[in-house]
Amino acid sequence: MTAGHRFDAIVIGGGHNGLVNAAYLAMAGKRVVVLEKRHVLGGAAVTEEIYPGFKYCVCSYVVSLLRPEIIRDLDLPRHGLEILPLESTLTPLPDGDHLVRWADHDQTRRELYRHSPRDAEAYDDFGKLMYQLAVAVKPILAMVPPDPTSLSPKDLLGFARLARHFRGLGEEQFHALFKLMTMSAADYLDEWFETEPLKATMSASGIIGTFLGPRSPGTAYVLLHHYLGEIDGAMRAWGFARGGTGAVSESIASAARRFGADIRTEAGVAQVIVKNGKAVGVALENGDEFRAPVVVSALDPKRTFLQMVEPKDLPDDFVDAIRRFKIRGSSGKVNLALSELPDFTCLPGVGPHLRGAISISPSVDYLERAYDDAKYGAFSRRPYMDIIIPSMIDPGMAPPGKHVMSIFVQYAPSDLDGGWDETKREAFGDAVIDTLAEYAPNLPGAILHRQVLTPWDIEREMGLTQGNIFHGELTLQQLFCMRPTVGWADFTTPVRNYYQCGSGTHPGGGITGASGRLAALKILGGRPR
Amino acid sequence: MLRGTPFHSRTSALCQARNWRRWAGYVTAGSYELTHEREYYAIRSAAALIDVSPLFKYMIRGPDAVRFLDRVVTRDVSRCAENQVLYTPWCDESGKVVDDGTLARLGEEKFRLTAAEPNLRWLHDNAVGFDVTIDDISDSTAALALQGPTSREILKCVTDADVDALRFFRSTPADVRGIPVTISRTGYTGDLGYEIWVDAENAEPLWDAVIDAGTSYGITPVGMLALDVARIEAGLILIDVDYVPARRALIESRKSSPFELGLGWTVKLDKESFVGSGALSKERQDGPTWELRGLEVDWIALEKVYAEVGLPPQLPTVAWRTSVPVYDGGRQIGYATSGCWSPILKKYIALAHLHASHSRPGTDVYMEVTVEHQRRKAKARVVETPFFNPERKRATT
Repeated sequence: MTAGHRFDAIVIGGGHNGLVNAAYLAMAGKRVVVLEKRHVLGGAAVTEEIYPGFKYCVCSYVVSLLRPEIIRDLDLPRHGLEILPLESTLTPLPDGDHLVRWADHDQTRRELYRHSPRDAEAYDDFGKLMYQLAVAVKPILAMVPPDPTSLSPKDLLGFARLARHFRGLGEEQFHALFKLMTMSAADYLDEWFETEPLKATMSASGIIGTFLGPRSPGTAYVLLHHYLGEIDGAMRAWGFARGGTGAVSESIASAARRFGADIRTEAGVAQVIVKNGKAVGVALENGDEFRAPVVVSALDPKRTFLQMVEPKDLPDDFVDAIRRFKIRGSSGKVNLALSELPDFTCLPGVGPHLRGAISISPSVDYLERAYDDAKYGAFSRRPYMDIIIPSMIDPGMAPPGKHVMSIFVQYAPSDLDGGWDETKREAFGDAVIDTLAEYAPNLPGAILHRQVLTPWDIEREMGLTQGNIFHGELTLQQLFCMRPTVGWADFTTPVRNYYQCGSGTHPGGGITGASGRLAALKILGGRPR
Repeated sequence: MLRGTPFHSRTSALCQARNWRRWAGYVTAGSYELTHEREYYAIRSAAALIDVSPLFKYMIRGPDAVRFLDRVVTRDVSRCAENQVLYTPWCDESGKVVDDGTLARLGEEKFRLTAAEPNLRWLHDNAVGFDVTIDDISDSTAALALQGPTSREILKCVTDADVDALRFFRSTPADVRGIPVTISRTGYTGDLGYEIWVDAENAEPLWDAVIDAGTSYGITPVGMLALDVARIEAGLILIDVDYVPARRALIESRKSSPFELGLGWTVKLDKESFVGSGALSKERQDGPTWELRGLEVDWIALEKVYAEVGLPPQLPTVAWRTSVPVYDGGRQIGYATSGCWSPILKKYIALAHLHASHSRPGTDVYMEVTVEHQRRKAKARVVETPFFNPERKRATT
């Protein structure tokens, strides 16, 4: 063991949360090393030039809830972070019509009015209520979850603070929050709206990354997440990072390096070294060993606890809880290099609608049917899709005049009947293209290259168990003080000096960096510097 | 692209200033000429033609129309005669103002309601159990305000309807050079004036007819800047400027009751219960916390704060729409929400929300004035509105 292999902290996994964690630890003066298995940093937030000249956001493709305090603390814009707005959401419809929600309020109202005058008005009332609720819920995202089973003053104080916070809600808001916690997205939206594509497109945000359908209870809550981005001074909920999501990871890595962090790729960790119930270092797949009094895993809970450490070092009930932690992958990704832009039948030609999100979600029934396929082990023959054309927002993503298209596809169950293989993967890719061709007939002829990722591929390539994009489903029973399991939601683990900071910890989900930051604060015992 | 109103072909040809403003999803002219001064004087001394088509308009029909409207608005609709128009706010359950507009009784069972914000869902939700139909006629109905001392004579040139007999807040069906319209003696200027309601497809010929007849009476197309000055002089409040509609308010304290907006006179608690009546009857007993009043800034005091930096008073010729603190000595007791220099009164005036303790007319308060980047206070007197109320507004010939 050389001195070069001794650190104050080791972070396993160079995904965005691991990098955020390392940056905060380094900023506090710790000597930190980040060990990433792949040749590229970012985990699921990577930009790769799979086909020459075309940059793919391989997995994660949009940024919504990247915590503004992280952007400020780490000075990320100085390290190249630039988030461009995604201004609209287009839902093309099978009958040749469409629904677009634009950045402009009047324009959106006019468009909704075309479908339903009532909904045009309800949309504003709904937006106001969600905004109020987002204000109420937001502080939760920024706190280390207290343990409900603990009687320690700190945990009790945490819950008292929470209770006081919710008492401040008005009656209407409290009822709405209760409904959001218990209802399905479809049922909740039925109380507000009558326009199918509006309900479907909104409810789709409640099912992304979960193995649930829009009619499954509990999906309503995730609707709130869309409004959370708005209250932090980010004018719009969704954005696209210039250079793709890989640029987000790169900017965090650059900030971490500036604080002195040592970041290594192609350095896959095989095992956490545990001595006397205490993590003391890690062993790499190539046999190298690194030592540090703090080891942090940015991997998902299954890998963090069932792979990196021996079950014998963990309590039985804990192992059991982690085994039961739901991490079913439900989505895939198709990335395309295009010779020309898709020409949508509903809105022909090039227009601002191609600079925003495009959602294949014509009705709640459509989404629920897509889920039906997946429930019984098949991929959706006509899936839900959330599409962006990054090259329309950042021309640097493709050669001049050419384009890249990023297609998030749900459902693609991780436990496909008979298992995934290359043939089934391409069949899944075909289903995606065939479905899209119904709305944009020129698309198949414009494809220069196609990359299809199923949960099987995401697990093998990115190391996300079962290909679950959130390191575990974002369902109510797996949130806050239950993430990943009760008693261990404060980023500690049953192994002393072994911490967790991946998306499988509170608050998780999307490129927020919140887990990485909160874990660092916990490790440092307070705010850094 | 934002939409033009049904008069857009005419207004856009005249709009030299090209200072289009957004109003309810339409573009309308801020001013037609490069400055709005002459447009303002047209309102007060000749006739102004103002495109007010962006207003939301709803047609309410049916056997229960009166009962339904009585449930929604604060005025007593059962006492509204045919061809009468009521100005009225409407409230939420807590008695806070949702919107305000005019309600015209066009027939026994037929009303037209104007609103500043979309209210179709609000009306529908409150119509459960009533035998009424509510149609959104916002896009299909265009409207022109013809305001000013010569407006009556102009109308008489283009219609046979008995305009002379048309009293303040009354309306009449009419034929303007072959175009069926409704003319109401209403407006947003506090002057003699009318509003003409027409099917959108007849908008252009109506404009042409009125301009044609009005030219010898000094008719002038007038935009929002001049209208804003006139409505402040008239003490007429503007949604989103002088009050936050209850449905949009993110916090309770942003909401206002009719009593707090100087609209206590529209609250008819002796009629059957209506939306918000419970809360309003309690508020009537307890008295409102806030009152909307006029402020007249003391000229001598204004001269003094400007003289200290060697300037004469710098006057807001364009009305301002920001929240300006109002003090009693060192303590803030309210805030003004719109203000302007009144060209006709030669006074600096403002509409202000004042704590009830300081709202008695005649009370001296202090309004914040920014003089050369410094916050100063100028003495102002609390007054009743309207500031300007010419006899011709209500007079019959």
